[in-house]
Amino acid sequence: MTSDLVIEAEGLVKTFGKTRALQGVDLAVPRGTVLGVLGPNGAGKTTAVRILSTLLTPDAGSARIGGFDVVRDAERVRQSIGLTGQYASVDEDLTGRQNLELFGTLLELGRAGARRRATELLDWFDLTDAANRPAKTYSGGMRRRLDLAASLVGSPDVIFLDEPTTGLDPAKREDMWDVVRSLVTNGSTVLLTTQYLEEADALADAITVIDHGRVIAHDTPEGLKRVVGGQTLEVRPADLAQLPRTAAILTEVGSGGQADEIRKGVLAVPVTDDTALTESVARFAAAGISVTELSLHLPSLDEVFFTLTGRTAAEDDTTSRTEVAA
Amino acid sequence: MSTLVGAPPTASSALSTATPKPRPFRLVRHSLALAKRSLIKTWRTPEALIDVTLQPVLFLIIFVYIFGGAVAGSTHDYLQFLLPGILAQTIATGAIAIGVNLNTDIAKGIFDRFRSLPIPRSAPLVGAVLGDVVRYVIVTVSTLAIGYLMGFRIDTDPFRAIAGCVLAVLFALCLSWLPVYVSMKVRTPGAVQGLMFALIMPLSFGSNVFVGTDTLPGWMQAFVNVNPMTHLVASVRGLFLGTPLDAHVWWTLAWCAGFVAVFMPLALRAYHRKI
Repeated sequence: MTSDLVIEAEGLVKTFGKTRALQGVDLAVPRGTVLGVLGPNGAGKTTAVRILSTLLTPDAGSARIGGFDVVRDAERVRQSIGLTGQYASVDEDLTGRQNLELFGTLLELGRAGARRRATELLDWFDLTDAANRPAKTYSGGMRRRLDLAASLVGSPDVIFLDEPTTGLDPAKREDMWDVVRSLVTNGSTVLLTTQYLEEADALADAITVIDHGRVIAHDTPEGLKRVVGGQTLEVRPADLAQLPRTAAILTEVGSGGQADEIRKGVLAVPVTDDTALTESVARFAAAGISVTELSLHLPSLDEVFFTLTGRTAAEDDTTSRTEVAA
Repeated sequence: MSTLVGAPPTASSALSTATPKPRPFRLVRHSLALAKRSLIKTWRTPEALIDVTLQPVLFLIIFVYIFGGAVAGSTHDYLQFLLPGILAQTIATGAIAIGVNLNTDIAKGIFDRFRSLPIPRSAPLVGAVLGDVVRYVIVTVSTLAIGYLMGFRIDTDPFRAIAGCVLAVLFALCLSWLPVYVSMKVRTPGAVQGLMFALIMPLSFGSNVFVGTDTLPGWMQAFVNVNPMTHLVASVRGLFLGTPLDAHVWWTLAWCAGFVAVFMPLALRAYHRKI
């Protein structure tokens, strides 16, 4: 099945001065799937994407996109990729349409072809009304959509999304997720970097966790959640006197752990099953316990890192800074 | 956002699986497409042209009416002498802007997007340089227009006058590879501006722009006579007014070729390395 890997990287190493951004990273993405690359700021996610999209040359290791080496066959690689990130953006002084037509022209679609493609994408991304306004007047969500549209002008097989939803509000984030899903449905292969386990879980077929330029875990979302403890159900009963009874129900609903009071008046229990939420609601109703808060959480990136490395991402930052200073 | 459900448009014109079409003149076509981008930006921010259009006006008025009588005996004679020099000086100063703009531009994401496209890597730089032709033409026309209002008249013929303008624009295009190179090596737009002024100022004042070279002390003449600006000004003056051209046009063209030969490869190399 190795021949069906669209994105392959082995032992990528990249050093900037004293900063070792990547220290031997392997990545593999089969055709038509989404790989989520999860890691905190400075983990090396962006460096990896920049190498895979031919913007950077690795110091060691190699990578291929669709079988073409990103260094030796960079030109061929560039014909099959689309890149969207905080850095690969559009020209703010040009309108949405002018941007897309420019990229269409550069991708040899011809004048009419570039115009047609721009119209299709503006329409699909719901930007038709804003098509003739300079991109700098766009809202954050519109800008992200235009950025993504710009990377789809050439109908690329492989799409790199570097933190596509960072800074977007939750509703806009879900819109972006829908876009990614429909791209994959249509056969694209996607590599997505994110700081949110929730996002990787929602979109990815497999997740690679990167820390300090190293892969510290690679698994399916289910596998990773099993390791890091899956979801947590949090409940705040309306009446503090009901805490013990609430805790008892939660412990039964949960995946085996004891319900803990994690904050004043808030109980939490690990759960593995999505039905735990509905089940607990039914049980609280039956027991006559009213709750003011009820929510299901995936572990935060910090918790994932704590489980995988025994340190939090924030602690890591401090350590690395000390190392650099020393 | 409800329109977002459904399939993404798979372009009828998709090139995803197509092998690269060996179409000719890619660098030229892509550079021109990118030059158009610079034009749109210029068109959209006309205030960026203020410096290059206002500077020749101010310089002409100040120098002609303040120094004209003292330097040349009459303001009209001095205007005739000065205008070709001011044109050359303004256009050379105008070339600084491309460095400042590129320095700002390259820090934004658009250049990374360019570099991820299957286009010649130098196309964005070449495009930016070519896109500035329009700015130089605007400078030339506005300088001549204000000069005409002040009483400047071309003594030769339209053909030679146009040749003079073309030579000045060509000089700016070639010289602009120097600021482009500087913009790749320096961190902030302000630093590009400062450094370029430090380089252009001695060239524009240490020349024959304001006074004839024969009035200068010998050591100064030595510098002025090799200064590319001197050759350009003498060429434009000759083409506008019929003064002796000698080898000035050839020297100017040689300097143009020199700027391109040295700074274009340096700029492209710095651009490729700049990550």
